[in-house]
Amino acid sequence: MLRIKVSDRATTTGLRSFMTNIASLVAGLCAIGLIFVACGVNPFYAISKIFMGSFGSMYGFKETVTKAIPLIIIGGGLTLAFRSRFWNIGAEGQLLMGAIFSTWVGLAWGPNLPSWAIVPLMFAAGFLGGALWGLIPAILKIRFSINEVISTLMLNYICAEFMTLLIVGPWKGRSRFGFPGTDNLPESAILGVISGSRIHYVTLILALVFAVILAVVVYKTRFGYEVRVIGENPDAGRYAGINFFKTSLIVMAVSGGMAGIAGVGEVAGIHHYLTYPASISSGYGFTAIIVAWLAKLNPLYAVVSGLFFAGILVGGDAIQISLGLPAATVQIVNGTLLVFLIMGDFFFKNKITIRWGK
Amino acid sequence: MIAGTPLLLGTVGEVICERSGILNLGVEGVMSVGAVVAFIVTYTTGNPWLGLLAAIAAGMLISMLHAFASVTLQANQVVSGLALTMIGLGLSGMLGKPYVGKPLAVKMNDVAIPYLSDIPVVGPIFFNQTPFFYMAILLAFAAWFFLERTSLGIKVRSTGENPRATETQGVNVTLVRYMSVMIGGGFSAMAGAHLSTSYSKSWIEGMTAGRGWIVIALTIFALWNPGRAIWGAFLFGGIFVLQYLLQPLGISPNFLAMLPYLATLVILLAVSLKDSKKLNAPAMLGEPYKRGER
Repeated sequence: MLRIKVSDRATTTGLRSFMTNIASLVAGLCAIGLIFVACGVNPFYAISKIFMGSFGSMYGFKETVTKAIPLIIIGGGLTLAFRSRFWNIGAEGQLLMGAIFSTWVGLAWGPNLPSWAIVPLMFAAGFLGGALWGLIPAILKIRFSINEVISTLMLNYICAEFMTLLIVGPWKGRSRFGFPGTDNLPESAILGVISGSRIHYVTLILALVFAVILAVVVYKTRFGYEVRVIGENPDAGRYAGINFFKTSLIVMAVSGGMAGIAGVGEVAGIHHYLTYPASISSGYGFTAIIVAWLAKLNPLYAVVSGLFFAGILVGGDAIQISLGLPAATVQIVNGTLLVFLIMGDFFFKNKITIRWGK
Repeated sequence: MIAGTPLLLGTVGEVICERSGILNLGVEGVMSVGAVVAFIVTYTTGNPWLGLLAAIAAGMLISMLHAFASVTLQANQVVSGLALTMIGLGLSGMLGKPYVGKPLAVKMNDVAIPYLSDIPVVGPIFFNQTPFFYMAILLAFAAWFFLERTSLGIKVRSTGENPRATETQGVNVTLVRYMSVMIGGGFSAMAGAHLSTSYSKSWIEGMTAGRGWIVIALTIFALWNPGRAIWGAFLFGGIFVLQYLLQPLGISPNFLAMLPYLATLVILLAVSLKDSKKLNAPAMLGEPYKRGER
């Protein structure tokens, strides 16, 4: 008889962790290939098209970096939240709130202020917007024990409707000729891009700086230690006298605030005015969840995994056009990869021995 | 009433699933798959009942993914549920693309119950309804009876409360959890089938519009009791309908669209303020069970 024995792995190494992730991704891509086959699409063609579209040309690569910016920032913030076991699924709404706050600042003060003053103000406003929106579920969870997955999701829907309400109503721009959307931000409030691309480098630099700061905070400070204890062993944290309320508030303010910053980047760097929520963020808040998970909740790795998933987004656009696949394809790819990452975790934590006999 | 039906179906399914200790956040995705499968099968065969059966089968099948990840692999149920939602939404968008905007020639016809439907006012509301409505009510009662009054139901509940003790009683915890997750998936898919073959008679991407998430909130509101789920679901159905009633009054449609989501938060807040001590959640909800571990 075939016997399968599952036992805990006593020791784990960084190399094994890395190799497991790579193996999971490869297995995931194989599964996606099978899905393509089922849809009557040549899997090798489709998958190579995804990666050629995103990393294979200069234009594709620039687009990949552009889309990686919000993913890296949000994903970084999520690593912190997930580490404390706060399941923040609301980055999408926090991003939009950041976009709303910064647009308000940009439109109100932008015309009278020079760039060096208005841009930092907008980023601060965006951080504030995302942080406030992120604090609501934190308070609801700690004070009223309301499940944060549901509250953050509901806040996503509420924020998206609120934003639509603004752009079709009170904030509708005079220059839009009756179409929804605010007026364009003034010249001084628009972020510079690397010429010949859409890479708004200010946000990119912020993303990388934040990743480093977060990594230092998580691994080198008392606060980071507390966050990790809360996530891994809440009972021990309680005995040790960690203030759950305070820590959760800070975690969610940072996590939400970073999503808000990503929102600033999308408005001030890409669109230059506030438009429909679905255009401002094409699901970055959700994709960032997988970014954080692939990064094994390490903010530095999130830079790499953010780039990877940005590649899938850009490549996904490419195959939509060339193979006529629906936009939902990217979601299947993302979901499947996430499943395989979970499976990889199992093989990472457990040792499987298979042998014949009793 | 009609708007509450899918919420009730979904909630009853999620109650069963969570009672066994598995949190399934994939409802939104499963509902979506149910909706698209029901639509496609009904569209091609012209028989909405076949569509419903196919949807249930598809819902159970795709939920197995979550069961496998959360039971066999002991993975984090939050992440696995999210993955299921992504896959479900993606798959339904992909399968349903050729069918977007096509109207359904046949639909699930309303069924009037003889005599009862003739009662003024109450009759047309309660007794001249889509079959889904009757099924939802019946299934809610059946689920209550199953969980509270049958030995199999006790096994499901005790699996959610204390899997180790349950296993020493000779119950196959893994099997119970797999079955519960799959039954929950079947219910969610039925809810989706209602949306696409009875409620709106068409398929568009994202037509579940967050109902799967409201279902998860309603499960908490119902305190994991299928009976309480009935009035919770129809209360919410009322809020969905309220949107259309208030629109002519000149209130912004975007504000009205927020209502169900705002109401979800308000209701969760109310539940938590009222029974914060006796929330009654299954003790091992969301905890993977590992045999032989102490």
